[in-house]
Amino acid sequence: MQDRSLINDLPRLALLSLAAFVVLAPYIWMVAVSVKPQDEVFKASLSLIPQKWALIENYGKVLKTIPIWTYIVNGLIVCFGILFFQILFAVPAAYALAKLNFRGRELIFGFVMLGLLVPYQTTALPLYLGIHQLGLLNSYTALIAPFTCSVFAIFLFRQFFRAIPDDLINAARIDGMGEFSIVWRVIVPNALPAATAFAIFSVVAHWNDLFWPLIVIQKGNLYTPAMGILAFRSVEAGEDYGALMAAALLVTAPLVLAFLFAQRRFIEGITMTGLKG
Amino acid sequence: MSGTRSLGGRRMRSDAGIAWLLTLPAILAYLAMILLPLLAVLALAFTDYEFGARGFRWIGLANFADMLSDRTFAASIRNTVVYCLFVAPLSIGIALALAVLIEAGARGRAFYRAVFFLPVVSLTVAMATAWQYLLHPSIGPVNALLRMVGAGTPNWLGSSDWVIVSLGFIGVWENVGFNLVLFLAGLTAIPRELYAASEIDGARSGWSKFWLVTWPMLGPTMLFVIIITMTRSIRVFDTVQTLTQGGPNNASEVLLRTIYQEGFHYFKFGYSAAITLVFLVIVLGLMLVQTRLIDRRVHYG
Repeated sequence: MQDRSLINDLPRLALLSLAAFVVLAPYIWMVAVSVKPQDEVFKASLSLIPQKWALIENYGKVLKTIPIWTYIVNGLIVCFGILFFQILFAVPAAYALAKLNFRGRELIFGFVMLGLLVPYQTTALPLYLGIHQLGLLNSYTALIAPFTCSVFAIFLFRQFFRAIPDDLINAARIDGMGEFSIVWRVIVPNALPAATAFAIFSVVAHWNDLFWPLIVIQKGNLYTPAMGILAFRSVEAGEDYGALMAAALLVTAPLVLAFLFAQRRFIEGITMTGLKG
Repeated sequence: MSGTRSLGGRRMRSDAGIAWLLTLPAILAYLAMILLPLLAVLALAFTDYEFGARGFRWIGLANFADMLSDRTFAASIRNTVVYCLFVAPLSIGIALALAVLIEAGARGRAFYRAVFFLPVVSLTVAMATAWQYLLHPSIGPVNALLRMVGAGTPNWLGSSDWVIVSLGFIGVWENVGFNLVLFLAGLTAIPRELYAASEIDGARSGWSKFWLVTWPMLGPTMLFVIIITMTRSIRVFDTVQTLTQGGPNNASEVLLRTIYQEGFHYFKFGYSAAITLVFLVIVLGLMLVQTRLIDRRVHYG
């Protein structure tokens, strides 16, 4: 990488900007159309600025027709519910696999590796049957429970915990700490980067998921953001792109804003899934 | 465990107790959410079980035999393959080109990386809806642009000729940023001296340096990106469900949607489980290829 003058750098910047424009196009028009009145949308012009603003109309229609805040809150409950149990289950297991000697360790780790190979869609049918048997369809439990055991989290945390020096753990033992408090008060604070990366990966995956919610949720008040958009479109706004874009923008915004504030952490967290498989 | 060696066997025994206690919640969740359902889906695939039915029969390979004459399934496999063969090469090629471009200068690095990564964190269903507007046959900006230059204006998502290309394009848009970041990591790992050395060997242009140094050094990254992209694109579901629901005329039916449809729409759990196994075998096959090739090619020097 050498420093070039701006003139020499222009072709490179032009190419990158062209690609950036294509990538940003749906976002640009999403924002533009969400403030356009319907008749202007149907004029099929390329202009982005509306002649007459319909911001209140479009967003008002979304808020009036669907409980979009409920969907967003549902999304948050589900994502953080899943994350809570994933961490709660994976961290102690990963600690045992990384730092304790016991018979069966290799076996458990083998099962973790096996789990890494199985896409979650594979187990959907039996999980649905089980949840149906328990009468738990249309519940937060149905949305959260299937994802509580993240083999990926166990795998990732195990790698990180192995790098933590044994001396640190032995010192804590000499101080009289039990293994449980070692896990949560010594290990976890030392593995915060891994925990953050995993948290971002997990939240992004489940906020954006459609397949599983579509299977276990039929009631509108438990819709996740992704389902909310689908429902809004089929019920109300088939061709009302102004309102539809407004709704799409409202459910996309939380993660996109979080991403813009913590880009590096997001990119690290999500590409760590590269370890998977 | 060096510090506790003196305690010998006793230490080991107490380790075992506490270790099983620590792993117990994960083991229980694993059994309930992964292992048992996995075994159940294996079993289901060899039954005629329909959701809500009182019983079921073991029917051997009949579900798999049914697939051979099932035109929806045939379309589903074909479309999924076409989709993957469209998305993987394009999203990888474009990502590599953009990564090399970003890496070639200092200006705008963080900005472009963030822009290209944006689709990865965006709600697919919502963005698919935005693409639906952009690609709308009569009011969409894409066709408005094409009309201006006097080109044809296809019904992108509504015609069976174009639908898989359009979905594929959206898939490329979704995947480029992810691959780009992996390539950027691969590029930064290439030692600078190699480029200097290649200059001594007569590689003057950026083009010949790319083929002499970058391309071979990226080998392991490339392999990894190919498999990741394939396993990501074989799971296409959200965009199809949002935009076309497999239509028109099964022209965009894909594997996961067929599994969903047969299972949760027609409630043919046995048949859906059999298709799930096909899906699983393909995914496992890809991963096997990856581990095989990585074993062989890790020494790329």
